[in-house]
Amino acid sequence: MTTTHAESAAPAASVVDPRFAGRVRRRRVTVHLARAAVFVIIFGGWQLCTQLGIVDQFFFGQPTKIVRQAVTWFRDGTPYGSLWTQIGVTIEETVIGFVIGVALGVVLGIALGRVRLLADVLGPYIKVVNSIPRIVLGAILTVAFGLGLESKVLLVIVLVFFSVFFNAFQGAREVDGNLIANARILGASPGQVTRQVVLPSAFTWILASLHVSFGFALIGAIVGEYMGAQQGLGLLIAQSQNTFNPNGVFAAMFVIAIIALVAEGLITLLERRLLAWRPPVSTGDTAGV
Amino acid sequence: MIELRGVTKRFRTPAGGVHTALADLDLTIGPGEFCAVVGPTGCGKSTMATLIAGLERPSAGVVLVDGEPVDGIGRRTGFVFQQDAVLPWKTVLDNVSAGPRFRGADRATAHEQARDWLRRVGLAGFENRYPHQLSGGMRKRVALAQSFINEPGILLLDEPFSALDVQTRSIMADELLALWQLTRPSVVFITHDLEEAIALADKVVVLSAGPGTVKAVHQIDLPRPRTVAEIRFDPHFIDLYQRIWEVLRDEVRVAYARQTTTVEEYA
Repeated sequence: MTTTHAESAAPAASVVDPRFAGRVRRRRVTVHLARAAVFVIIFGGWQLCTQLGIVDQFFFGQPTKIVRQAVTWFRDGTPYGSLWTQIGVTIEETVIGFVIGVALGVVLGIALGRVRLLADVLGPYIKVVNSIPRIVLGAILTVAFGLGLESKVLLVIVLVFFSVFFNAFQGAREVDGNLIANARILGASPGQVTRQVVLPSAFTWILASLHVSFGFALIGAIVGEYMGAQQGLGLLIAQSQNTFNPNGVFAAMFVIAIIALVAEGLITLLERRLLAWRPPVSTGDTAGV
Repeated sequence: MIELRGVTKRFRTPAGGVHTALADLDLTIGPGEFCAVVGPTGCGKSTMATLIAGLERPSAGVVLVDGEPVDGIGRRTGFVFQQDAVLPWKTVLDNVSAGPRFRGADRATAHEQARDWLRRVGLAGFENRYPHQLSGGMRKRVALAQSFINEPGILLLDEPFSALDVQTRSIMADELLALWQLTRPSVVFITHDLEEAIALADKVVVLSAGPGTVKAVHQIDLPRPRTVAEIRFDPHFIDLYQRIWEVLRDEVRVAYARQTTTVEEYA
């Protein structure tokens, strides 16, 4: 598959004007330089403003001190054990809840998308539950299920479920009627239609929702820990806040951001593998030229 | 053998009215017969195909296949759609073997059968491609192989080649005739192209402007095997074309007049 694309792309590339290729390269350099400049302005500005006392570093921290805080945590550990343990706990809660939430969302979304009656009966209830600010449930879950893993995992499931559910439902509804009719005539049973036509077709929607819902999962785990826990990055944020240490809050935030970026990359890889059958789309890079 | 007796089909329109697509339609298509159905836009040609396939039920009348009333999708029915209906996430091989797999064949047998049919439609070597990597004509070949692998007793084709360019169309028409002669199903070929209808069929049925009913039936006694691209120069072909066109022209005029008046009403 990739070879055919390379073959068809090669002659097109060879006729490209060298001046054009040069322009593309120059543009790329400009973009990278501009990105570096934005970084310097934001963090340099932050550092400068806090050093000159224009902004109070008691509230807003300072980049160099944030880095120092992170290094201390990595080297000497946190009050609750090593930083790696905190990261591990948060990732464990996030991933377990994410997997269960996605599975429930996909199964129920496809079921409701396929069975009209089920959608008509349960539809209003799901809308009502969805309109509740679910993050508040964290408070109840912490009381009901304690300071351990369960309360966080449950909060994550609640947050992940709805975003996946609505996408799977929509995806199951939008399947091309011709594909279903064709499969039925070829001899597919309703179950085979669901598994081999509806599910793969809805996958485009479901995978799109995973990007957002992993973010939700991480938020759920952190908020759950913030409300009450014995370990985890959310607890680290709560503890830093209680000891008036904004640098700790920011350091934990950056660690979380790195986790989110890595997960985003993994989900994109999964997406590419599962949607290999789709025609290649032009990437942002070429579209921008 | 396909029989339609007094078949009427009504649809509820979104506005709340009732639209009659077919009215009191009688038609018999013999075993192994190639029947082309022509008619102006909106005469209910496609509806007729969905009724025979069992995708829809008639509002009145009865559809019989081999003497049995149609109740749901029959096991011996094949259907080739106007738009692409091959599964885009399955490779060519998996698409063609889908029918036998759905019907309970094991993977090895189904794949072997599929390879056979791919060779017959000239797609050997493309087994592992995805549909988006093929041309429109090649995707149609996949669709034909996908239908023929089930060895249908009746094959319905709903304007199957209308999205293809003219040259590809006549090549595909020849392919279809060759495949038909191999397994000899009863064929209902829906088209708006009279030339295509005469070149392919044993019998051309003209439907009236909607609600559709049989306006005329013409036997096509051109010798077989035929080459679609060349048969249109045959004097007898031209003669048949003129005769059927006389009938069809009136219906096309009625349908066109209706269309233009509705446009004016909206404007």
